[in-house]
Amino acid sequence: MSGDWAYRLREHRGTLLAFGGFVAMFAIYATNHPAGLNANVATTAANKGVLLAIVAMAQTLVVLTSGIDLSVGMVMVLANCLASTIVVGSPLTTTLGVLGVLFVGALCGAINGLVVIYGRLQPIVTTIATGAIFYGAALALRRVPGGDVDASLADALTGQLAGAVPASLALLLGLVVVVWLPFRRSSIGRAAYAVGSSEVAAYMSGVPIRRAKFLAYLLSGLLASVAGLFLTCITYSGEASAANGNTYTLYSIAAVVLGGVSLFGGSGSAIGAIFGALMFRTIGDLLFVFNVEPLWQPLFQGIVLFAAVCLGSARLLRVRNRLDLYG
Amino acid sequence: MAEAPARTRDAGDAFGNGFGRVRRQIDPAIAWAFGCIALVLIVGSFYSKSFLSPEYLLQQLKVASFLGVIATGMMIVILLGQIDLSVPWVVAVGGMMATAATGWGTLGGIMAIPVGIGCGVALGLVNGVGVAFLRIPSMVVTLAVNAIAQGLMVVHTGGFSPQDASSPAMRFLATGDTLLGIPNALVVWGVVGVAAVFLLTRTTFGRTVYAIGNRERAAYLSGARTRMVVMSAFAISGGLSAFGGVLLAGYASKAAQAMGDPYLLPAIAAVVLGGTSILGGRGSYLGTVAGVILITLLQSILSVMQMEEFGRHVTYGVVIIAMLLIYGRGRKHSE
Repeated sequence: MSGDWAYRLREHRGTLLAFGGFVAMFAIYATNHPAGLNANVATTAANKGVLLAIVAMAQTLVVLTSGIDLSVGMVMVLANCLASTIVVGSPLTTTLGVLGVLFVGALCGAINGLVVIYGRLQPIVTTIATGAIFYGAALALRRVPGGDVDASLADALTGQLAGAVPASLALLLGLVVVVWLPFRRSSIGRAAYAVGSSEVAAYMSGVPIRRAKFLAYLLSGLLASVAGLFLTCITYSGEASAANGNTYTLYSIAAVVLGGVSLFGGSGSAIGAIFGALMFRTIGDLLFVFNVEPLWQPLFQGIVLFAAVCLGSARLLRVRNRLDLYG
Repeated sequence: MAEAPARTRDAGDAFGNGFGRVRRQIDPAIAWAFGCIALVLIVGSFYSKSFLSPEYLLQQLKVASFLGVIATGMMIVILLGQIDLSVPWVVAVGGMMATAATGWGTLGGIMAIPVGIGCGVALGLVNGVGVAFLRIPSMVVTLAVNAIAQGLMVVHTGGFSPQDASSPAMRFLATGDTLLGIPNALVVWGVVGVAAVFLLTRTTFGRTVYAIGNRERAAYLSGARTRMVVMSAFAISGGLSAFGGVLLAGYASKAAQAMGDPYLLPAIAAVVLGGTSILGGRGSYLGTVAGVILITLLQSILSVMQMEEFGRHVTYGVVIIAMLLIYGRGRKHSE
């Protein structure tokens, strides 16, 4: 039994560290915020954090299979532009619009998956190219920023539940329960981990690697489109911004690393990535709380990111002999 | 794919003729890339008569030179099996520090280009130390360095309001012509290219780069100084990215913050379309040259066709995937 505990602790070390880091940073943030921690401060912080957390979840699914999705931000931008066009009007059209956005997101993920699996192209190159395609589609929908979104849906997602709890956290919890946990516990989710650990070994063991990879990419696109929908609810408009897409792609990778997910695949969890994303966002907010001059904020954020990933992924402290470095 | 050259080599040696020699030296990927260049030119000539004129082609090669210099550094890093995502802001650092140095007076004007490149090498060294000695995945450490470079430049422009006009030397390199009418930028790319080919094929450094890309552990066990090589490769990549920024600042006669953004993905695409494996260890500089020209012509033809911006992005992505599906596919498990 004690050995079991040690194993479980080791398996979840990255997630626990990310959780601890987030709690520590958020405590500093909350105690130093000029207005104190009230429901509005928490909601604003949660909305920003949850947006990145959803993108980070999307990135995690692909990274677990030892791939990388550099189009995840562009899928979000595409979903944002689409949502600002079709998630309007009567409750029926709004519902259909939401379904349409999710469908397009899943489609984008499926395209990535099919090209990677059947085209046998490297994920990094594939998603760079498909990212350009998705961005083009977003630009076709929104040549200039604008559009609208159903106000009641937006308020429901970005407001507060029972007057205190940010609704966005409920959305995040819902995604974990509906998407991540079933995936993690299914045999196909196990297969995704196996593919990430060693694709050859997984293939030799008869693991359905194609289905596992395909599902990972599909769900990644789906989650990215949820993020796009949520972004629309925050901004009440759509914008085909390449800078936005790239930023979220890069931040999602940072969040994944901070969350203890191995970029080599096969280890880590979306829960860790969520806390990595929340921690990353809190770092940005801390700079604001401590009145760092806006001019210096990008530099400090960069340095903190650099320090965090150095600590998070330096394998030096864990190697048993020098040859292990070159695995 | 990896076994194919060995077989043709045997055939060529057995028959003792030059044909087998030539055949084994031409990577099918490079042949495809040059074929695609020809195709783009032919399609382009339907839209505009001037597409095949020497002036237009020289102009395209001049524009391609900037991407070519940047892609050279990217290629060396990709040959290691790593990637350099810090290109956007290292390009901007190169351009902005060079123009800032121009504002320091006569000495600054002379030192502008070395200062720009030096800053790039410094950032590249940070990347290299992170990857080689701290063993951080290159994708992460270069992202972080990119963020730091961005932060530095925001502080630099906002806090010190430096000069952003480029020096005469930078403009000369980027926009001038030699006596024969060949653009200076193209000559610069040629020099960088020849140096890269020499470095990759005729030096221990180059051999070690390919060895590390194939299997780093084996290279280390063979006594290669893998960590120094990896670190130097990233320093070279940083320096060349910054040099690209210096040239771009000379071409536009000023440096701007987001000037490097449109160069990261084309640089990776050019290297990969030229047949260099993204997993490292395989690829030749000729392929990268083909990839750079192909990307530049593709961007050019899409604007000549007066396609709307969204269409350009979509076509760009589709063409890259289509070309890679033709010749850049990985192996099956069963092979």
